[in-house]
Amino acid sequence: MSALSRVVRSGVARRRVQTVVIGLATTMAVTSSVLGGSLLVASTAPFDDAFAEQRGAHLSAVFDAGKATPEQLSVPVDGVTASAGPFPVTTITPSDNGPGRNGAGGQAPGGQAPLTVAGRTDPGGGPVDAVTLTEGEWADEPGELVVSADGPHAHSPTGSAVGRRITLTDGSTLTVVGLARSVSRTADGWVPPSWVTAPESYQVLYRFTAAESVDAGREAVVAAVPADAMTGSQSWLVLKKAADRSVAVFVPFLVAFGVLGLVMSLLVVGNVVAGAVGAGTRRIGILKALGSTPAQVVRAYMAQALIPAAVGTAIGAVAGNLLAIPVLAETEDVYGAVKLTVAPWVNVVVVVGALALVSVTAWVSALRAGRLRTVDAIAVGRTPRPGRGRWAARLTARLPVPRPVGLGLARPFARPARAAAMTAAVLFGATAVTFAVGLASSLNQIQIARDHDAADVTIGVSDPGPQPGSRPGGRPAAAPDPAAVSDVIAAQAGTRAHYRTSRTQVTVTGVAGTTAVVSFTGDATWDGYQLVSGRWFTQPGEAVAPTPFLAATGTEVGDTVTLDDGGKTVTVRIVGDVFEMSNDGMVVLTDAATLTAGNDAKGATHHIAVQPGTDVNTYIDSLNAALAPLGATARPGRSGQASDTIILINSLTATLTLMLVAVAAMGVLNAVVLDTRDRIRDLGVHKALGMTPRQTIAMVIASVVVIGVVGGAVGVPAGVALHGAVLPAMGESAGIGLPASAHAVHSLPELVLLGIGGLLIAIVGASLPATWAARTSTATALRTE
Amino acid sequence: MTTPVIELRDVSRGYDDGPPALSDVTLTVHAGEAVAVLGPSGSGKSTLLNLIAGLDRPDTGTVTVAGVRVDELGEAASARHRRARVGMVFQFFNLLDDLTVADNVVLPAQLAGMARGEAARRAADLLDQLGVARHARAYPGRLSGGERQRVAVARALMNRPALLLADEPTGALDTASGEDVSTLLTELNAEGQTLVVVTHDLALARSCTRRTIQLVDGRVAGDVSVEPTR
Ligand SMILES: Nc1ncnc2c1ncn2[C@@H]1O[C@H](COP(=O)(O)OP(=O)(O)O)[C@@H](O)[C@H]1O
Ligand SMILES: [Mg+2]
Repeated sequence: MSALSRVVRSGVARRRVQTVVIGLATTMAVTSSVLGGSLLVASTAPFDDAFAEQRGAHLSAVFDAGKATPEQLSVPVDGVTASAGPFPVTTITPSDNGPGRNGAGGQAPGGQAPLTVAGRTDPGGGPVDAVTLTEGEWADEPGELVVSADGPHAHSPTGSAVGRRITLTDGSTLTVVGLARSVSRTADGWVPPSWVTAPESYQVLYRFTAAESVDAGREAVVAAVPADAMTGSQSWLVLKKAADRSVAVFVPFLVAFGVLGLVMSLLVVGNVVAGAVGAGTRRIGILKALGSTPAQVVRAYMAQALIPAAVGTAIGAVAGNLLAIPVLAETEDVYGAVKLTVAPWVNVVVVVGALALVSVTAWVSALRAGRLRTVDAIAVGRTPRPGRGRWAARLTARLPVPRPVGLGLARPFARPARAAAMTAAVLFGATAVTFAVGLASSLNQIQIARDHDAADVTIGVSDPGPQPGSRPGGRPAAAPDPAAVSDVIAAQAGTRAHYRTSRTQVTVTGVAGTTAVVSFTGDATWDGYQLVSGRWFTQPGEAVAPTPFLAATGTEVGDTVTLDDGGKTVTVRIVGDVFEMSNDGMVVLTDAATLTAGNDAKGATHHIAVQPGTDVNTYIDSLNAALAPLGATARPGRSGQASDTIILINSLTATLTLMLVAVAAMGVLNAVVLDTRDRIRDLGVHKALGMTPRQTIAMVIASVVVIGVVGGAVGVPAGVALHGAVLPAMGESAGIGLPASAHAVHSLPELVLLGIGGLLIAIVGASLPATWAARTSTATALRTE
Repeated sequence: MTTPVIELRDVSRGYDDGPPALSDVTLTVHAGEAVAVLGPSGSGKSTLLNLIAGLDRPDTGTVTVAGVRVDELGEAASARHRRARVGMVFQFFNLLDDLTVADNVVLPAQLAGMARGEAARRAADLLDQLGVARHARAYPGRLSGGERQRVAVARALMNRPALLLADEPTGALDTASGEDVSTLLTELNAEGQTLVVVTHDLALARSCTRRTIQLVDGRVAGDVSVEPTR
């Protein structure tokens, strides 16, 4: 056996490319599997995991500081297993003149949105709501502030908000010393309790024995504290629903990628190993002629494949885990989760799976080689079996292309099995790229549709995007007169379009909970609102609503629903299914004139688009001057800001696509290397007849052109089809209808480019062996037996 | 004497292990000459031919073919030099099995960019001249060894090379076919084709050449010209 293993080892050394390719292919496969697997695992229950990790609050309740003392709020309550607090709570409002406004980077996105801050001596460790510090340190000294990592104040124009000084409307300043995430979303920020000298309210966080029956728990709490003391509360179930819904969008995306990655890895690693063992057939014949048993041969060749595969697997596992750190950190932000790590069992499964795959493939192909009659095995390397694909050779000889190109074009037909394997690799690569590009742009479209933040300038918008539930204790700022503000905006030079919205809560007969009504004044269709079906409302009495609302009310586009606004009822006709994710999709969007007047008084948001060529900062400065008497402040819209989600999706897409493409190119590379080696003597002959290095490269590259074209031509439509299947699944699992803009993301020129991409994968894969072929010494090539 | 077609000066070539394959070889071959290179296996005969063809480079010394310093050419230039001035014939024919006889023969012209029709006509003429025209559309695998070598010679002559190099052209043939190829080479030389034939077959050397160079361990051990017997 030791003589045999020496033969094998010298085989590994001699077939350096083969060995490197096996190693690299397994590295890539394992890396992408670890990454994909970790993301899959992280996606299963990010909210539940984080909630358990932080011992989240089942109920976070706010009590009026004037009606209850901390002692009264500390009484034991039936069914409560743990509680934290009471924490003193106050609302702070950053002033206009803070450093953020005049800083070089312009205003922070958070701007002047008020923050509800709770006084806490430490981030957690208590029995409920162990807040996770994601950056910086805890606020120990008065004047220090920790802000919520999920809030608008977490970012400054330069990146993290840590170190930023916030000037409040009362003139005092707070310094942001850390960012923290509370899965229970208990506050916008935390300060030392001593800083809250005059609390407006107290916050108490409860965990119940019966986590699902929050309402019963709330009643028990209400009964135990002074009457009317509770001013607000938030159930964890609401947060969970919202969190699960936003995560659900990503799960099919990650599943699709994970599966694609696995299939690809399987295909290429299998191919590479089979190719390597197949190429060793002649050696196997010699070994057998010298007296090795077939079993010995099989074992020896499995070892030959397993050595580089094991090295590749080890490197891949390390790379996958390293790469997972930043990716999972981003994912934490998207999921609002804490401490996502690679599950150890993912590593175990991937490593064992990869090695098993290599062993089985090597075993099967070595078995085939081992069973070959010795005479045939020895004959293999010697006389190439001619006869296949000669029609292609005859045909290409007549083509009006340079002869080396013609010779190359005919090549795949001489080795159909190898060509099929290469085509499959390119096809999968093209499918993956098409799918990835499509999905990334769909998700971008969804994000645009969900944020509808095309406005250049906004007034009164504090925190765009979906807010899971409304936080208790928040106090609406004094509202300027909306109509007056609109008039000022309309009069302002540079205004291209503007509209305002205001929100009210209504009930719909037969539907539990409240439904938000967003009333629009002015045309809002330019601001990214996307319809799943139907049309936008055009007159009072018409409304659009998202799928969850339609499902909850059992209505369809064209039906009417009756909204109950505190006694007054209004019947609206639903004319469109709009993509809107706020308030869990329980929203009706309608013209302001539909509802009785007076809603505006509750505060409106204004959205403005400026004329092309207008400088937004100058516009805002002069608009603010005009608005000053009304007490309203305009701020830049969020349009320039890519969301974390989009960044995550794009970087994930890029990473995984790159890896899949690399694996595909490697599949081609491997096959071309095998082919070049098989034909080393022919290459020598060509050169002896005067083929230049450039002509040799042209010939080898031409040999993959047909493969690239076919792979691209089949792979791109396959990717489009996959996208067409996965996207509705994503919408379905999230319980939302997706806007048309999310479906039709592939344009024809883009598809053609992607098809060319398939060709490029093939050409890139072939270019390295092509240069090797051009460089091989002719004298040596012609010497081979 | 006419101008030299081949001129080697103090040429040495060695490989990583073992003694040099060629050492200090100096020789000149003139246009129209027919030279046999004789020597035991491993004496450096093929190495010598490869150097002349520009398939390999000497470690020291100069190789000039048809006035061109072959040892100084880059890969591409040497390929162009080869296809314009050197035809090669090998022991095992080295025909491309996937191409028909005609496509094999026409290949050097196609690589050189000769017009399609012209190349096809010349290939047909050559195949006719060498007596294998009826096999033009067959694949090399169907031909006998002697026929294959005739096809290989036709291919080598396709671009009217100044120099024809043959490395043991009869080494894989039976006696009858071997004599057949030997006659063919003699005729070519009689028509003015400069010829270098590597062989360890003395009969071949005698029948088709008038000058024999003996190689032993990479050195020229003898260079003998005999007067024409005709
Ligand atoms: N590409 C090569 N690599 C290593 N050694 C070589 C190579 N080509 C030739 N040799 C060595 O050079 C010597 C001469 O070889 P060669 O010219 O092929 O001899 P001949 O053709 O006379 O049999 C031999 O010892 C051979 O092993
Ligand atoms: Mg030789």
